[in-house]
Amino acid sequence: MSSETTPTSKPVKSTGLHLGDAEPGCRKVDPILVADGVTRTFGGLTAVDVAHVEIPRGAITALIGPNGAGKTTFFNLLTGFDKPDSGTWQFDGRSLAHVPAYRVARMGLIRTFQLTKSLGLLSVLDNMKLGAKDQTGENLFRSLLPFLWRKQEQQIEAKAVELLTRFKLDAKQHDYAASLSGGQRKLLEMARALMSDPTLVMLDEPMAGVNPALTQSLLDHILDLKTQGMTVLFVEHDMHMVRHIADWVVVMAEGRIVAEGDPHSVMQDQAVIDAYLGAHHDTDLGAAHTSNVEAVKELIDDEQ
Amino acid sequence: MIDWGSIFSNAAVELISPTTAAYALAALGLAVHFGYTGLLNFGQAGFMAIGAYGYAISVLTFGFPVWGAVLVGIGASIVFALILGIPTLRLRADYLAIVTIAAAEIVRLLFTTNTFVAVTGSANGLSEYKGGFRALNPLSFEGKAGFGPWMFSANDWWNIIVGWSVVILAVLFTWLLMRSPWGRVIKGIREDEDAVRALGKNVYSYKMQSLIIGGVFGTLAGMIFIMPRAVIPSAYATSLTFFIWAILLLGGAATILGPVLGSIVFWVLLSFFSGFIARAVEAGWFPISEVQAGQLRFILVGVAIMLLVIFRPQGLLGNKKEMSFVK
Repeated sequence: MSSETTPTSKPVKSTGLHLGDAEPGCRKVDPILVADGVTRTFGGLTAVDVAHVEIPRGAITALIGPNGAGKTTFFNLLTGFDKPDSGTWQFDGRSLAHVPAYRVARMGLIRTFQLTKSLGLLSVLDNMKLGAKDQTGENLFRSLLPFLWRKQEQQIEAKAVELLTRFKLDAKQHDYAASLSGGQRKLLEMARALMSDPTLVMLDEPMAGVNPALTQSLLDHILDLKTQGMTVLFVEHDMHMVRHIADWVVVMAEGRIVAEGDPHSVMQDQAVIDAYLGAHHDTDLGAAHTSNVEAVKELIDDEQ
Repeated sequence: MIDWGSIFSNAAVELISPTTAAYALAALGLAVHFGYTGLLNFGQAGFMAIGAYGYAISVLTFGFPVWGAVLVGIGASIVFALILGIPTLRLRADYLAIVTIAAAEIVRLLFTTNTFVAVTGSANGLSEYKGGFRALNPLSFEGKAGFGPWMFSANDWWNIIVGWSVVILAVLFTWLLMRSPWGRVIKGIREDEDAVRALGKNVYSYKMQSLIIGGVFGTLAGMIFIMPRAVIPSAYATSLTFFIWAILLLGGAATILGPVLGSIVFWVLLSFFSGFIARAVEAGWFPISEVQAGQLRFILVGVAIMLLVIFRPQGLLGNKKEMSFVK
């Protein structure tokens, strides 16, 4: 995303999240999610090998890393969508090992997907209503008796409309979700995640494929989550966004956590630069990888 | 000269025949499976066979009353759905398709094999199980009654009344389910089950519930199907499943009345074409034999369905808007 979409107002950053030095696996004052020794291999490839990581509560944490670093796999492991080979991890003090994905979601850990999963042939409003927890009418036998769930349904609808209004999707509430644009689907997915009043929201590349005009609104919504007391963990490639909204940054490379810290210091970390550009990026190899050079320039420009 | 009156009145008979009701109910089960949940069940004939044999064997071998035999059939189909679902519903949709088509064939061959001839009647099938059902018939008149082309005996009327009553109840049941939050979860699973899982719904359990409900509809359809005829294992071949699929797509996959309308249209057309071709061959309009004529009707029905799928892909009652977003 280009710099003109970066807002002028500075969001309030949470600080003092960690204990001791900001190093990979450092302890946090109040962790909401703790992972220990989580590994996942695909054949001979070790996709994730996280020794220890803690995610601070009530803050916005960014999980960054080059392509193939294992960020999405780690997301899948934490949310029960994939099973690790070994390891333990806890959410709010409760172990999540061997807990199926739907139970993880019921505990208050809601995720979104890199490729949006809007339910195309359901209306936008139905998409939202599906997000609500503990619905009486979702039981097969009780669903046959509308008087048992009608009142709850009205409450859910009111809440859904309110959220849709906040996300400026209320005008489209009766349309099929399939008719929304890519950016609107991202908004819908985030709004839907909020229907269950989660405590931890995990966003997998919330900005991927979003029109710059919608970026600002998405950023504001993410900052809003923090204001409302939720914890946010997101994967992102857009460094502007990471720097702008993240309170804490965790950097992954080749399945490991290689650095942690606040956004400004972490981007000067040698391990991060090595991870993104390769340890030998100073050496002239002849043909430069233009995309990497662009990324470095962007990083340097931003810091100045 | 062709007797158009008898061709049309034979076609009109199919409009309300219990066979039409049975196919409508089986297709409604598939609508729950495929249209609403996205489950590819290619073994609906297996569920129908379990209903037919479950009822007939309970009555003939164990001497059960009607209600007991119906319950045995329903119980057997729930067990069948569990056997199919437990290993496959965690996997991708195509695995269920493969397993159901194979399982339906296994069921049919088990009923055909000579090993169990004392119970299943092997390839000859079963008959003489209708006494208990007919004893419940409140209608009692001699000969035929009715109006227009619909002149039936008391037993035929009883089959029609019970068959269509079950269809109406199943339609109401499905309608109540699909307008409820339960139906919303089911439709969400059809669109993307991972998204629904991420929202805290036990997708596996919902898919199993859907498989059982649609399967029980298939089983009840199997029982209605055998009331006007005997139980013959060859009736439950894969072609039965595909006729039911054709009916579902004809009527509209994610609709409640689509399967019913689809079944009526399918049977009326089939009867009309077969009557027309048979008489046209007799009259010497077509240079083909009568055996060939028997097959030609399926070709014509196939052409009719192809035209429908090309010009109205959402089915007769489907929502056109849905087709604008096909992936």
